[in-house]
Amino acid sequence: MDRIKLSRQLSAIENGESSAEYGEGPIVAITGPPGIGKSCLIDKILYELTPELVVGVLAVDPTSPVSGGALLGDRIRFNVLDDANKAESIYIRSIATRSSGGSIPSIVNELASHLLANDFDLVIIETVGAGQSEMRCAAVADRIIVVEGPARGDSIQAEKAGLLELADLIIVNKSDLEGSEKVFNELTISLSLSPDPPRIMRTSAIDGTGISDVAKLILTLEQRASSIRAKSRQKLLMAHENKIVSNPNFESILDRISQEGLSIPEALRELND
Amino acid sequence: MRYNSPQALHTPPYTRGNMGGRQRIVIAKPGLDGHDRGAKIVARALRDGGHEVIYTGLRRTPSQIVRTIMDEDARFVGLSSLSGAHSHLFPKICELLREAGLDDVVVFGGGIIPEEDRQELFDAGVKAIFGPGTTSSEILEFVEEASSRDCGVGSDDDWHWGV
Repeated sequence: MDRIKLSRQLSAIENGESSAEYGEGPIVAITGPPGIGKSCLIDKILYELTPELVVGVLAVDPTSPVSGGALLGDRIRFNVLDDANKAESIYIRSIATRSSGGSIPSIVNELASHLLANDFDLVIIETVGAGQSEMRCAAVADRIIVVEGPARGDSIQAEKAGLLELADLIIVNKSDLEGSEKVFNELTISLSLSPDPPRIMRTSAIDGTGISDVAKLILTLEQRASSIRAKSRQKLLMAHENKIVSNPNFESILDRISQEGLSIPEALRELND
Repeated sequence: MRYNSPQALHTPPYTRGNMGGRQRIVIAKPGLDGHDRGAKIVARALRDGGHEVIYTGLRRTPSQIVRTIMDEDARFVGLSSLSGAHSHLFPKICELLREAGLDDVVVFGGGIIPEEDRQELFDAGVKAIFGPGTTSSEILEFVEEASSRDCGVGSDDDWHWGV
């Protein structure tokens, strides 16, 4: 793997200076609320899959809407990189959301495709810690794993519409903690009412429960039929947003809204012209 | 679809265009000390200055840090050391960067670095040393100045901050 060449190509794609090569293969998004253990879980999955497979991880963290800067801190969880042998077949790239409005910028799909075109066996996308209504990851990955966990409050029943309906696999992480079995049972009962319920698994990044099963499943994970239309909807919405954000006048129109009182409908009309 | 010209990004001068001056900067903690307050504050200041900052976490080896810079396509690396091992670790990282062909990466450092140790670090390719009391605006000014110069670790430019 020529890492310097690859990482500079990814930058050029991210900056809109070149286009991505097209590759096919599994692209899996891992999403869930902040602090639920997404990074640790990916770390443990990497222990299982490497060095046999070459795996790319695109870890997304938010850009500050004020300064435009970002603090990208997902790498600190990836202890698997301490194993030099495994690290050779892992490529981790931190991505800032930049001007995108959601938990994940659309360019991530192109970056993942580019990695697959360059002999990667699997690309894992780690989203920004996201709530139940944050479904943007559906626009960049065909397979979605939603990570849940215990001690997320008894509002869990009410939260179930949304992201969980798009999930192809649900993981209840932190199975070593009290309450995880309850969450697992509640989710199982709730989702059993859907025509093609996703699989639900329990894992623990601390004691290793369920990790090897998830690692095995991740390569062959099937898209649930009932989620396909909803995923297409997200793709369409994201493409529309991109069109607006990539308009060269976007920043100056923002200035005019905030400083000169330009109305939102007028701004939208200018952006769509 | 082929990527147009990967070579264009490697050729001197060792500067890369970056929209609006936004740089990708790795903040790293080489060696064994666990004092990360300073590194986190610098990371935060750079973030607030509009840069994309990748934080490595504690106790990284020089080769892990270089790998991170490589994978993240960072143009700058800030090294924080409070253990006294800077005279070994900082030059080692400069050397590994040059060996890897990452000549355009600008190296700066901070922490507890005695005055008498600094010239040696500058000679090794470090472009700035920031001690206690440094303002965040000074670090941002350094990044801006260094971005406009061909002063990566593999360049012949013997400029450093504070001359």
